[in-house]
This record gives sequence, C-alpha cells and structure tokens, in this order.
Amino acid sequence: MINFNTEDILETINMIREENLDIRTITVGISLFDCVSDDADILCSRIYDKINRTAENLIKTGEDIEKQYGIPIINKRVSVTPISLIGGRLTSDGYIKVAKTLDRAAKSLGINFIGGYGALVQKGYTTQARALIDSIPQALSETDFVCSSVNVASTKAGINMDAIRHCGKTVKELAYLTKEKDSIGCAKFVVFANVPDDNPFMAGAFHGIGEGDCCINVGVSGPGVVAAAVKNAGDCDLSELADIIKRTAFKITRMGQLVAHEASRLMNIPFGIVDLSLAPTPAVGDSVALILEEMGLEKCGAHGTTACLAMLNDAVKKGGVMASSHVGGLSGAFIPVSEDAGMIDAVSCGVLTLEKLEAMTAVCSVGLDMIVISYDTPEDVICGIIADEISIGVVNTKTTAVRLIPAFGKKVGDRVCFGGLLGEAPVIAVNTSSPSKFISRGGRIPAPIHSLKN
Amino acid sequence: MKAIITVTGRDSMGIIAKVATACADVDVNIIDISQSVLKEYFAMIMLVDIDKINIPFTAFVDRMTELGRSTGLDIHTMHEDIFNAMHRV
Repeated sequence: MINFNTEDILETINMIREENLDIRTITVGISLFDCVSDDADILCSRIYDKINRTAENLIKTGEDIEKQYGIPIINKRVSVTPISLIGGRLTSDGYIKVAKTLDRAAKSLGINFIGGYGALVQKGYTTQARALIDSIPQALSETDFVCSSVNVASTKAGINMDAIRHCGKTVKELAYLTKEKDSIGCAKFVVFANVPDDNPFMAGAFHGIGEGDCCINVGVSGPGVVAAAVKNAGDCDLSELADIIKRTAFKITRMGQLVAHEASRLMNIPFGIVDLSLAPTPAVGDSVALILEEMGLEKCGAHGTTACLAMLNDAVKKGGVMASSHVGGLSGAFIPVSEDAGMIDAVSCGVLTLEKLEAMTAVCSVGLDMIVISYDTPEDVICGIIADEISIGVVNTKTTAVRLIPAFGKKVGDRVCFGGLLGEAPVIAVNTSSPSKFISRGGRIPAPIHSLKN
Repeated sequence: MKAIITVTGRDSMGIIAKVATACADVDVNIIDISQSVLKEYFAMIMLVDIDKINIPFTAFVDRMTELGRSTGLDIHTMHEDIFNAMHRV
C-alpha cells in the first residue's frame, strides 16, 4: 500500500480494539492566580468564569480528536493552582465555597474530575494550608468531582510529620463522611512526596506554581498493549524483552504526543507534557499485574515482582522519552490495586500484600494507590503507612503517594466495589502494631544527605 | 491529507462497492485498496484522499461507522497521522 505498511495499520487497529490502547486523559492545567480576591464570592465567581472560559471546548475537542484518529480518549479533566495558594484569608468555610465552585465548573464543562484542591506543606504550614486541609473531608464529601492532594514532603525539605498526622486524620474523617458509599471520598484524596507540577492524572493533578497561564497535559496508557507484546515475545531473554517494551512504549507515547499536539492546536492552549504512564483499568487484559505475570511470575506479588516492575518501569521511560518533545508528570507504571484486575486477583488470593506493594513503589511510578483497608485501622497506623511510603520517595528522590481507602464497616477479606474506572478491591490486611509514639512526636524529619550513598 | 479506512468482518460481499459509493458521495478519492487477515477476520484496508472532502472529516467517520453497523461489519476510519506518528521515527 502506498506509503503505508499493511502490518503497521493492522497493528495499530489491533492495539486499539483488542488490547485496550487509549489516551487516558487530556488535562487542561489552569492558573487561578489572577482570580485572587479578598472576597470569597468574587474569588469564586472569577474561578468559575476562568475555568469555563479556558476549558470551554475541552469535551468537544476531545471527542473530535477521538473520531479523527479513531483512538478512545477516556477522560477529559481540568487541574488548577493549589487552592490554598489563592485562598488569601479564607476560613475553612470559604474554602468549602471554593470547592463547590470547582464542582459546579466541572459539571458545567461536562468533565469527570477537577484537581487542585490542595496544599503544599513539605516544609511548613501557612494558616491557609491548615484551613484548607481542615476543610478537605467536608469539601470532598459534599462535592462529586473535586480531587485533592497534599504534598507533605520533598527530598530538599524533608518530611513534615505534623502534616502527615493531619492527613491521617483527614483520611479517617473523609472515610467516615462518605461511609454510605464504602468511603469512596478517599479515592479523591492523595498524599504526596515530591509531587510533580504537571501531572495530568487524578486524584493528584494540579497546575503547579511554575507553570504558565494554562497548558495541555496528556496521559497515555496501554498496559494491555505491553502485556500482549511481552506475551508474543515468547521465551526471549530479558535484554530482548526490555527492547520490546521500549519499542511498544515508543509507539504508545507517539500517539499521546500526536493527541496532545492536536488538542493544543484546536484549543489554542500551549502543550505542556506527555505523561508516559502505564495506567491500568479494571478491564480484563488492561493490567500492569498481567504484564509482570507475562514476564514470568506465577502471580504478581511473588518474589521477583519488584525486579520485574523495575525493569518494566525503566523500559517504559526509555521508550517513551524519545517519542515526545516534553515528558513529565508521573511517568511510569501505576499500581492502583482496585483499578487493576490482576492486582485485585493477587490481593484476593493473598500473594500480594501491603508490604510487597510498598516495596514495589520504590521502583515504579507512584505509590500505595487505591488500597482498601478496614476503617477500624487506627489513625496512627494510617499515619505510619503514609510516613513509610513518603520516606521512600524522599530518600530515593522520586514521587511517591498514598491513596488509602479505610472502608467503613468492612473487614479484611470483604470486597468493596466502587464501579467504573475506580474498580473494586478486597480489604487488605494491615499490620496494626502501634507507631503512636513516633507519630505523636511531630516536627520534621530532616532532608536526606545526597552523598555517601549506600 | 489522507485517511485509512479498514473494514473487518466475516463476509465482504458487495462491501467494496458500498464503501466506494459512500466515499464518492462526499468527494473522497480512493487511492489504494489491499486486503489482509486480522486474527480470523477478513480485513480490507483502503487508503483515501480527503483533501476535497465536502463534509467535516468527523461526520464522514460517523457515516462510515454507521455503514458498518448496517452491514454487520466493522468499519474504522482514521486520519493518516496516527499511523505516521506510531510507525515512523
């Protein structure tokens, strides 16, 4: 065929139709600094107007691109400046007003999430940040689409343990306030270390302070495509397997770059970054755990899982980096338990434990994500889980995050079903030996040294 | 600019004529046709020129999808850029 190879065409079509290849999200980042006002109502009305004005054509643009290239675009979203930075002298009640305004804006645009209801407290609290974090349980339980994140640590600043204690309390309160719906509010709240400024994925997306007025960030996905490529590779050695993953990641990312470029052109908004992520969905085959199993593990969570994931994550980055002019966000393999059929299965049969998941996060993209624990887990233990995960990020100079769901009224082994892309998960066992004294000390864990590495 | 139309299904009786007519109706010119096998399905691939198309390309995509639905086949119409992006460095 003139200029085209039939096999290439069929490969692309097969990736989309059979292997769940998609663009996971087009996220428009919007700065809200120019909305600042000392009057909550004026602030809210400016926020509403600016979001609606900037992202007015987001849904239509997404749908047009979807049709033009025949590639599904699953989510269209908006991220904004962390609200604690533009709140001025708002009280918690004022912040709730802003959260409801964001929710209204999301509904008016027809998007399914809006991120940025958050604070950056890696070194210390401002009064605004404290008021905002205080408002998170009510804000997220009284809105549908608002997502929130708090950055509690960074490699340069160390770990703000007071903030971790605050976030542990927030998670529990949020779980209680959304107890009628299996504590689903916690799926919209994530605690970070080294949070990226340009992440297009929820719940952690926000428009960072060094960003421009607005930008388009695109998150690609394709665990199904990588799993199929690994499966088709047969019994090759790991060098060859890494090459196959790199080539596949390259193709996936090129598609993301094309979509990002087109969205940027159509909406007249500058292109920000492509996030090279393997983001699973509960659909059969669209699973990061399945890739690891195709690499040669009997079950995800077996010894060897961390090594497989390290190689996968690295190969995805190496393949993707050349395919896009700007790479950013979280970029790597995601391991959200409830959103990945293979992970759900591995947790259900007891092979994949919380401790193994924690080890896996040291070599992959994000962290302890969409993990359902019992609501009876003490608050201090939740803080301990957060502190452990955050310290992995701080010491290894990478992003880590925690999105735990203490499901009200559920016990270890019970199943919780959120539906849609959030999926379902069994309640995982937690070691409840108490870290209370450590957590109650408060203060900051100093930033780690960056020489004498061992 | 060009687009790729793929038609997959178990039976192709008269389908080339129908797709060709649908293209001609909107001034889309067929440049090349080839056929192949995708899994157990017959697959026809058409390369078409859309420079002179007289309706929006997305409307043409809808028409072709509908044609597929009414004939029991899968018809996908995609802009050439996606193949260029994925398969050419």
